[in-house]
Amino acid sequence: MNIIKYRKIYFIFSGLLILASIFSLVRWHLKLGIDFTGGSLLEIKFADNVLDNQAIKNKLAPLNLGDINVQPTAEKSVILRTKDIDEPTHQKVLKALGNVEEQRFESVGPVVGSELKSRAFYAIALTMLAIVLYIAWAFRKVSRPIASWKYGVATLVALVHDVIIPVGFFSILGHFMGVEIDLLFVTAVLTILGFSVHDTIVVFDRIRENLRRGGSGDFEATVDKSIHQTLTRSINTSLTVLLTLLAVYIFGGETIKYFALALLVGIIFGTYSSIFIASPVLVVWEGWKKRK
Amino acid sequence: MTARRKISLIVLGIFILAALAGFLDYPKAWDKSADWLNNKKNKISLAKSLPNLPQFFNRPFRLGLDLLGGTHLDYQADLSQIGQSNINEAMQGVRDVIERRINAFGVSEPVVQIDKVGSNYRLIVELAGIKDINAAIQMIGETPSLDFREERPQEETQKIIDQQKAGNPQALMQDPYFGPPTALTGKYLQNSQLSFDSNTSKPQIDLQFNSQGADLFEKLTKESVGKRLAIYLDGMPISTPVVQEEISGGKARITGTFTVDEAKTLVRRLNAGALPVPIKLINQQTVGASLGAASLKQSLFAGIIGLLAVVLFMVIWYRLPGVLAVFALLIYTAIALAIFKLIPVTLTLAGIAGFILSIGMAVDANILIFERMKEELKSGKSLPGSIEEGFKRAWTSIRDSNVSSLITCLILFWLGTSVIKGFALTLAIGILVSMFSAITITRSFLRLTGGTKLEKARWMWK
Repeated sequence: MNIIKYRKIYFIFSGLLILASIFSLVRWHLKLGIDFTGGSLLEIKFADNVLDNQAIKNKLAPLNLGDINVQPTAEKSVILRTKDIDEPTHQKVLKALGNVEEQRFESVGPVVGSELKSRAFYAIALTMLAIVLYIAWAFRKVSRPIASWKYGVATLVALVHDVIIPVGFFSILGHFMGVEIDLLFVTAVLTILGFSVHDTIVVFDRIRENLRRGGSGDFEATVDKSIHQTLTRSINTSLTVLLTLLAVYIFGGETIKYFALALLVGIIFGTYSSIFIASPVLVVWEGWKKRK
Repeated sequence: MTARRKISLIVLGIFILAALAGFLDYPKAWDKSADWLNNKKNKISLAKSLPNLPQFFNRPFRLGLDLLGGTHLDYQADLSQIGQSNINEAMQGVRDVIERRINAFGVSEPVVQIDKVGSNYRLIVELAGIKDINAAIQMIGETPSLDFREERPQEETQKIIDQQKAGNPQALMQDPYFGPPTALTGKYLQNSQLSFDSNTSKPQIDLQFNSQGADLFEKLTKESVGKRLAIYLDGMPISTPVVQEEISGGKARITGTFTVDEAKTLVRRLNAGALPVPIKLINQQTVGASLGAASLKQSLFAGIIGLLAVVLFMVIWYRLPGVLAVFALLIYTAIALAIFKLIPVTLTLAGIAGFILSIGMAVDANILIFERMKEELKSGKSLPGSIEEGFKRAWTSIRDSNVSSLITCLILFWLGTSVIKGFALTLAIGILVSMFSAITITRSFLRLTGGTKLEKARWMWK
């Protein structure tokens, strides 16, 4: 089965997904957690009766906290989100709520929040750059029929694809299910970048080897052969990682659930992009060059 | 030494290493066996005089905040009063003072660190496993800053009062009776003690300054003889005695209208140290102990399930090489955990997730090698030849793809809080150990089987 031949289909499929992601991001943005916006998050567990949302808000009304977002979670627990409150206010809130056990409390000042945002952007940009550079260097000796830096750029295309789709997915989740983006999500994105390149490198490595062995003049055929040769390996590797991630997603507990989900989505698409996007991009590029 | 001998020795070495790692991870196994053996030995009169088997080196895993429960605090330091050149010294002072306060809470291995972000200086405090978080925050947060102020001349006082009546905002902020803080502040305080007035039995606080402070105090009292000298704590005057005479030797006494308890608290705070600069809490993350324990249990369970799933897959898909890879994987797990214990690496929830992720990735190198091997076998090479070729060819892929993951780990380490750092570190260690395990352990196992009966049973190799 010739994989490269159907590259238009993959491009269209990915293109649609990317468009959907961009649309969601522009329309609904990302639901940023307090890590980035600043604010306070308090998770409490009721010892006896669970108070409903309105009752909680009534109890806290005298404290003038402004907007309070109440979200019930697992058995008898509730998550409260407010603006950034200081420690004495925090204590008052706990007293006002009565017989509750504090599971966790986070309070992020606005300065720290915006710092984190810029740091996150830098980290993602820096990682992409570092990886592209590394690939260009690792493949420096393979200059025919396309220049080695082009491998780097093809990787970049795949990486951007791998970042936009999970982010878009979480934008949709954020809008419809209130799932928030926190620092762990950024960690997941960075991990996806590192891992997605795993697969891409394996394919490129095989292309390099086949070219070195005196690749027949047909670049497209060589690439197709390389993909076939590495297909099992790519899928199996991702499969083992996905198995472990699935275990974490199902059994790992609330706090880490969406982290695992982000990684799951990212790695699935990362594998897909390595096989169906990165290499076809090389072929298309070579095709353009030939036509000039 | 024949090649065969060499391989056998390597495999033996690997097993010993694995056993050591295993016991390091779970010393109870060794201890229980040692106890049992010792008992048996002591029953035999001949062997009784021989020394007992010692217990295995026991060090617990270091767990992070989100697993033990505890709190992470970020403080911003107000450096407006400090000159550029004194910043480092001031921050060091803040760090030391806070560390002393925290020690009163008996937290094992508290973290107190100076952090610079842009032009801001911050202090990071992490207290894992602390019982009373609120008391700790109070202790740290409301730290006294002590300073002394001279009385203003009459005309100046009058001027300020007039301006205050006129509603001048700047004047309203000033104390009309006492001037700005002098050079004598809490950082020169050597010791403070609670004492009682012999006549009235009222509590009072005795201050002892260090030699520099003593000089400053001498100068201050000389200039203020006959006038009042105000002692300010946290920006409020707590005592304004009239200076009778110049005081040298750096001893001062604060009398005031405080109760014994108030005096005791004050003395304790003054002794823990007055902060060189004021600090403000800008970020807090607290995880309750019960949530932490629940998270730990869940992540461990997930880890075991994940490991089992991978083991099943490897054996079903790759058969004999798969079984070998599983052994290598288990050894990998033991060694990685042992390294976590030895360094020690603080395991956070994300860190454990990273480790579980690396288990899935660890298999990757093995898969690469096996796939290569299968190709070589198909092309008609012998088994030992296929093994060697498989390794050689796969190595470049393994190296390049792991390097990219390691780059990500480096950047994550720079980016994040301790939670993220934990993830990056466990992932990086996991990747490095897995590279070692695939290249050395799996290869040795495979080589060992070459030339034996197992080689002949081709069906086992798929």
